[in-house]
Amino acid sequence: MPLVGFLFNGLGRNIWSKKVIAYKATGYIVMSFIFSILAFLNVQSSGPATVHYFDFINTAGFKIPFDLKVDALSSLFLLVITGVGSLIHLYSTAYMKEEEAPHYARYFAYLNLFVFSMLLLVLGDNYVIMFIGWEGVGLCSYLLIGYWFTNATYNYAAKKAFIMNRIGDLGFLLAIFWLIVKLGTVSYGTVLTAESLAKLSSSDITAITLLLFVGAMGKSAQIPLYTWLPDAMAGPTPVSALIHAATMVTAGIYMITRSNILFSASEFTQHVVAIVGISTALLSATIAIKQNDIKKVLAYSTVSQLGYMFLGLGVGAYSGAVFHVITHAFFKALLFLGAGSVIHAMHHEQDIRKMGGLKSKLPITHITFLIGCIAIAGVPPFSGFFSKDEILAAAFAKSPIYWALGVVGAAMTAFYMFRLYATTFLGQFRGTHDQEHHLHESPFAMTLPLILLAVASAIAGAIGVPELMGGHHWLSHQLAPIVGEAKEAGLSASTEWALMGVSVTIAVVALLIALSIYRKKADGEPQTALGKFLYNKWYIDELYETIILNPLNKFAGFLKEVVEKNIIDGAVNGTGKLVQYSARQIRLLQSGQVGYYILFMVLSMVLLFIFWFNDMTILKFFYKLTH
Amino acid sequence: MFLLLFLLIPIFAAIALLFIKKEQSVNLIAIGSGLLTLLGALHIILNKTGNYDASWLPILNSRFLLQADGLAKILILLTAISFPAIFIATSHNQTNQKNVFLSLMLLTQAGLMGVFLAGDALLFYFFWELALIPVYFLCSIWGGEKRITVTFKFFIYTFLGSLFMLIGIILLYSNTADHSFLIESLKHANVSPAQSATAFALFFIAFAIKMPIFPLHTWQPDAYEQSPTAVTMVLSAVMVKMGLYGIIRWLMPLFPTAFLAHANLVIILSVIGILYASFIAIRQDDMKRLIAYSSIAHIGLMNAALFTHNQVGIQGAFIQLFSHGVNVLGLWIIADVIEQQTGTRSMKALGGIAKKQPTLAILLVGFAFANIALPLTNAFIGEFLMFNSLFQFNPWIAAAAGVSVVLAAIYTLNMVQKVAYGEVSEATHLMTAPNKNAQGVLIVLLVIVFVTGVYPQPLFDVTADTLKQLFVK
Repeated sequence: MPLVGFLFNGLGRNIWSKKVIAYKATGYIVMSFIFSILAFLNVQSSGPATVHYFDFINTAGFKIPFDLKVDALSSLFLLVITGVGSLIHLYSTAYMKEEEAPHYARYFAYLNLFVFSMLLLVLGDNYVIMFIGWEGVGLCSYLLIGYWFTNATYNYAAKKAFIMNRIGDLGFLLAIFWLIVKLGTVSYGTVLTAESLAKLSSSDITAITLLLFVGAMGKSAQIPLYTWLPDAMAGPTPVSALIHAATMVTAGIYMITRSNILFSASEFTQHVVAIVGISTALLSATIAIKQNDIKKVLAYSTVSQLGYMFLGLGVGAYSGAVFHVITHAFFKALLFLGAGSVIHAMHHEQDIRKMGGLKSKLPITHITFLIGCIAIAGVPPFSGFFSKDEILAAAFAKSPIYWALGVVGAAMTAFYMFRLYATTFLGQFRGTHDQEHHLHESPFAMTLPLILLAVASAIAGAIGVPELMGGHHWLSHQLAPIVGEAKEAGLSASTEWALMGVSVTIAVVALLIALSIYRKKADGEPQTALGKFLYNKWYIDELYETIILNPLNKFAGFLKEVVEKNIIDGAVNGTGKLVQYSARQIRLLQSGQVGYYILFMVLSMVLLFIFWFNDMTILKFFYKLTH
Repeated sequence: MFLLLFLLIPIFAAIALLFIKKEQSVNLIAIGSGLLTLLGALHIILNKTGNYDASWLPILNSRFLLQADGLAKILILLTAISFPAIFIATSHNQTNQKNVFLSLMLLTQAGLMGVFLAGDALLFYFFWELALIPVYFLCSIWGGEKRITVTFKFFIYTFLGSLFMLIGIILLYSNTADHSFLIESLKHANVSPAQSATAFALFFIAFAIKMPIFPLHTWQPDAYEQSPTAVTMVLSAVMVKMGLYGIIRWLMPLFPTAFLAHANLVIILSVIGILYASFIAIRQDDMKRLIAYSSIAHIGLMNAALFTHNQVGIQGAFIQLFSHGVNVLGLWIIADVIEQQTGTRSMKALGGIAKKQPTLAILLVGFAFANIALPLTNAFIGEFLMFNSLFQFNPWIAAAAGVSVVLAAIYTLNMVQKVAYGEVSEATHLMTAPNKNAQGVLIVLLVIVFVTGVYPQPLFDVTADTLKQLFVK
């Protein structure tokens, strides 16, 4: 136990300190990855461990300890965060090379702080510590998205990310208060037990879980709070990889999985989660089909994949959702870093219509990117297949409609990913001559992470091979202490095989269609009304602007210009004028000069004192004061 | 006897300053006296102190009683930190007759110390006015263009409030058995419920104006904007705390029944004020006015938390009294540095400071996030506890007030973006060498922000006795 405590202490501190030099920053994350492996093994051999540092808040019988805990769930997240995190750090050392030294240092400091916050989030042993990490991640994303601070659009995107997250955070905060009122504590050890559950009425549970879900919506970019994530690609590309894959957006999944006992107790919330999840998955998949910015396609695909995870959470497939978090972390980090490599080679060109034919110029990037696309499209035996299939099977057990919608989404995923792949890597080069001349494969520090992630994307499915295929689903046994043994889906083997067959066939067909359309040419400007509608992202941003932002702004302006100036202050000044006016009428003080008023006041105060205390007490007072 | 030093040091320094003209020594005396007071404040926080009790105005049986419990100590510490911080940060500023200016500032400090230490109602009233009068002169002589009308409004407003309080004090006093102004005696004054409610209202108006509570707040943004920034810092970091302190020290113990009876009304007014001020802050272009409205919102939350009469919430308000002072002081110092160097406070005209003076920009971002109560900054502790108590009082009210958390992020990040980020503007182009004094002070304040944000327990411990006293039956 003390050993584990020491390890985590060291881990937290190391990451916290701002290290100027890149290899140091990377080294610290790699070190924490090693610690994470040790912690993971420790959990395997001797079970969960809790470390108490100090009482964060302790007053009037109300106590929030600063405790960290590592158990099966958090140790898995630790591995993903620090593992993928180290690769992203390594990649960044090369990607950000052109930055000047102080900015380079700033970048890595933010990056380290980001990983620190995320670790705090998953290691905290109560909701308040989780909330600290939760907001910390929001802060870091704000800093990193707005990293190039001279660009107004980027700053706007950063601000949008923070504010949308804040809306979610408010929900989370209210859920915490609700727990405190009802249970007097926020520690997992007490809250997440059957006894506590018995103390809560069913409406309490529904309210708490819905509020928690609002928090998750913000952080994990679900409808209606998802629009910040696509804009978040304003940051440097490795940052997008970090936000989209290893950290931040998975926080919501982690939180709900952690609180699964509460969520399972509310049928209503589960339906809400599943419906929001599948709607988000479909909405963003349709948008991704028409985007031409390489990072934007990936961004919407993240939103869409997160939707799948929430669908999984909503239908009670907690370990399936976590499984998808893990595989998604690999292939999405891979895809973003691959995109970064392309952008790097293309001198900051992000429009895929101006690419094409990069296959031969960037061989490593090409192969690894292709692996990422296959993985996300859900083609067996790549990792995405296993995790997505687990979620879809659970969805089918709950309702075939969820399943059918999920398969439609999966088909779209295969389609837009291979549209992206084909437009970027196949066909003829469509950029400028100058760009073509300078095309080059990225340095080793960038391709190594790509290769490692590609390997992981290909084989990570092995940790969750269903029993149906002769595996024993290591992951779900691993998580059993947290989420309970996976419930029997109640599906016969033949049904499962059939479902799998249908979804894979549809995905492969979609993939082939995309390849055949886009291997020769890129999309032009959208022609049809539907095309424009999707290209403009359903006009959701515009909609928010018209129905929320503008009215709010107008309302604030109304308060400032009309209520404050005319009504409230007007009343005050009016009273003042009235007094002044009557004073004039009775001709007591005609001068109207402020000085006289004040003089009058001070004089009357002095007189008051003198008349009241005419036994020279004031003099005595000063006398006493000096003795 | 020791407590008397908190009055004597600034008063003596103030008198000494009147006879010195040389700017360097003027600054030195002010800063020295400020630091000396700070040492004293640290001393009483770490050690037990006795009361100072002397006879004063014997015909009225009023006593010169100074006492310091945990709450008073923490506010004395805040006052003692603020003044030297202000003196150091603004030591380069050009001010006419700086010795008189600083002398009046020190008198204000003495008045504030007296307010926090007084254990006798009449003495409290005396210091309450003493703190106000120098501020009036400071504003009306050294203030901005519209200073005369604005300070007049400010003065009339608060003076009216204090007159109400005086009447309230006399009302209670005349009904005490032993004709005394001491808290204990006033507490047992033989008054009818109606009289008690009247006195409650009289006191409350004085405090509400001082804080200020919606809709009595309009003097404040004007006064903050027009005052010289050093005075604005005093007003908003320390002086507004007088109102909240008055509520805890006088209103709660003296009128327990009326206090609870009016909780609903006051909390709803406060929450309206929080939202109202937050909305208006979104539309401000002047940095000073933005901070002023943001401050009104924060103070409103503290007031609401006090009226929930929930131990945890009140503890949160104690912490926040201190934290808000530190944070808002940091923001004002930054605003002042920027104004001194660029000649403008209009956020439209600023920008690119992150490029021009990275350290200042980092400090601004630090205080901005403290202003929106990010966890691990000091403000989170207080706000978390206060919102929690509000939630226990009524979840809907808490949710409504919670919207201010989002609004605060909007206006604060707007400010950061317009001031620090973007390209260097015409105005910020003028910025020359960083102001080392101000930056030093800001760094110290930022360290306080994070230390008390990560490990707030010492603040809880210091104020525990006041809390216990309030809830003892």
